[in-house]
Amino acid sequence: MLLRKPAVKLIAASILAITMVTMAQARDQIKIVGSSTVYPFASSVAEEFGATTDNPTPVVESTGSGGGMKLFCKGNGLNTPDITNASRRMKTREYKLCDKNGVTDITEAVIGFDGIAIAQNKQNKPLSLTKKQLLLAVAEQVPSRDGKSLVKNPYRNWKEIDSSLPDREIIIYGPPTSSGTRDAFEDMIMKAQTKKMDVYTALYKKDKVKNRGYRKYHKVRQDGVYVPSGENDNLIVQKLEKNPKAIGIFGYSFLMENDDKIAAAKVEGVLPDPTTISSGQYPISRSLFFYIKNSHRKEVPAIDRYVEMFMQEDMIGPDGILSEIGLIPLPDERRSAIRASVLKHTKLTLDDLAKK
Amino acid sequence: MNTSKNNTAQADKGGKPSARNNPFCDPTLKSRHVRSKLFKLFTFLSITFAISFLLFFLGDMIIKGLPAFKQTYIEVDVTYNDKTIKSTRRAIDKKYRKVVSRAWLRNIPRLVEQNPALMGTTQPAWVLANSQVDQYLKGHHYKLKDKYRKLIDTMNQDGKVEMRFNKNFFTHGDSKIPENSGFKSAIVGSVLTLIVTMVVAFPLGVMTAVYLEEFADDNRWTQLIEVNINNLAAIPSILFGLLGLAVFINLFGMPRSSPLVGGLTLALMTLPIIIVSSRAALRSVPDSIRQAGYGLGLTRVQVVQDHVLPLAFPGIMTGSIIGLAQAMGETAPLIIIGMIAFIPDTPGSIFEAATVMPAQIFTWAGMPERAYIERTAAGIMVLISILITLNALAIYLRKKFEVKW
Repeated sequence: MLLRKPAVKLIAASILAITMVTMAQARDQIKIVGSSTVYPFASSVAEEFGATTDNPTPVVESTGSGGGMKLFCKGNGLNTPDITNASRRMKTREYKLCDKNGVTDITEAVIGFDGIAIAQNKQNKPLSLTKKQLLLAVAEQVPSRDGKSLVKNPYRNWKEIDSSLPDREIIIYGPPTSSGTRDAFEDMIMKAQTKKMDVYTALYKKDKVKNRGYRKYHKVRQDGVYVPSGENDNLIVQKLEKNPKAIGIFGYSFLMENDDKIAAAKVEGVLPDPTTISSGQYPISRSLFFYIKNSHRKEVPAIDRYVEMFMQEDMIGPDGILSEIGLIPLPDERRSAIRASVLKHTKLTLDDLAKK
Repeated sequence: MNTSKNNTAQADKGGKPSARNNPFCDPTLKSRHVRSKLFKLFTFLSITFAISFLLFFLGDMIIKGLPAFKQTYIEVDVTYNDKTIKSTRRAIDKKYRKVVSRAWLRNIPRLVEQNPALMGTTQPAWVLANSQVDQYLKGHHYKLKDKYRKLIDTMNQDGKVEMRFNKNFFTHGDSKIPENSGFKSAIVGSVLTLIVTMVVAFPLGVMTAVYLEEFADDNRWTQLIEVNINNLAAIPSILFGLLGLAVFINLFGMPRSSPLVGGLTLALMTLPIIIVSSRAALRSVPDSIRQAGYGLGLTRVQVVQDHVLPLAFPGIMTGSIIGLAQAMGETAPLIIIGMIAFIPDTPGSIFEAATVMPAQIFTWAGMPERAYIERTAAGIMVLISILITLNALAIYLRKKFEVKW
């Protein structure tokens, strides 16, 4: 009697497992993974899709851009996601991975921009920074005074970087390495500059293997001045509230929601707002993407309708629902061009990704 | 030690007269009393410290979370016709468009479907207000233009604004529209997940404990198993998530994000807790019970099944309920198997995508909109009250059925 009970359980469990495998065949629920930055936008569309059509609401998981790609490129099986969101373009490495696993028919969609805000507590005087100053504040190694060699970052006060900056301790709360916001920040503030600065590149040219990291130097200092603050941007906002000295780096939508407590700093003389971000005047913004696995379109017919809804003017347009929660719409022409290309299911090629 | 001190005190001829005359006098008595008082004070301070932390946390949650149980409704005229069903924004006067919830508007076609008599009419209706209006009336930070604020103020004077009990919180799932979001799908998801957990972990755990305690010989193998079980109880829960991903999803092909996978993963995590507590409960049953059973000619299985197990049951139940409560509050392993996601639909079976209560709280805590702060706190209040109920039940069961030997 005693021994029979677990045996029965085991049999039941295996039967369950078998029924499950058969159940996983046809599916009307879309599965979406990917970037935590695109997540609020994708889930808004998903909710609207579930509420206004007969289809079940798509499941939207926030796995980070890289994590999403990994799941997406795993293969064509119906257990893999149909769509992955990304806060950066697909990397050629990821495209090749997809290709290797048979995921060859992918369509790329750009939905809009996201600005990265550099912000501080509202009590402070307005702050205006240049990209160079930001680099000097966060890099682990910076050019020495004479500009000839690299030294460990000595700056502890904004005043030391430039006399026009306030006399204030440097404390920066920003995203951790796993975050797409961090990638974008490193790309646009650090790599974009260091790859053009001889101080860094000379070291790379000297020894291309050992000094590979100096080709596009993007190491953030680890002496407690830059504080990685977790994926939750609300946390950074709270910290800025508590510590008026600090500066935070996070997504634009969080700035919009908390403009009673925090204020953005100008970067290169430009304040982030929908116009400056959309026009490219504000220097730290990035495009947001999603990628569709076209091989699933037959088995999961809802995909087409979801994508169509996503690309509608009601969603990604200037007066769309997504702009209310912080998406910066693409310029009109580009938006309609991309909409047309997405609705035609244009196949993404490796050459597209190589082009900037 | 005390006696030796007493002796030295007696031997000390140069002491005070009382010390010399009184053989029971202990000169260290005073300092001993001080020490014991200090010790007592220290233990007391510890508990006040712990309680004040708890009170602070609970107080903060309740203050933040209580407003979430009220929701603003406003009375406006709604037009139902062909045009407004296509573009639901047009169903209400332009003046009010920015103060009405989009979630209510998109439901208009469904309302008309349910009640065709509405078609072609214009009627006043109580509709869900926008979260900004709600936040404004609750005295929180809001983003309403002055125009709309004045509009709400006048409507308030005319009695066209009402705060009602927030039914949506218990009848809706997650939503990106704060005023429309609710906890229901997370509650149902948690229940389904925990059913799976208990169905798997409880029998397996109890039977393992019975085998180890009552049938197994004490040899190297059982010792090894014992060490491993104790070790498993201390493993960080995220590792169980990785295991769940590798075994249940990748190997068995079970659906990602489903309560089935979540439940099985949590079952792995709860197993060691149940085994350890069940073994303790079985061990506390005195040997005289077993001896008496054997004396009356019962077999080993009969003794265990009819006597030892029933007597140990209150203890086993307590341990299992505590394990269940722990599983209920677990988030880390569920991240990996995809249960922390936007899943507004309430799951109908253990195969459908679902989220759980702590996962929902985690998701809300990361939302930029301020209206989610109160919802996060309200979610925590619901979760904590369920946990308190479970733990109270565990204590009650122990007190009620406990047999003292």
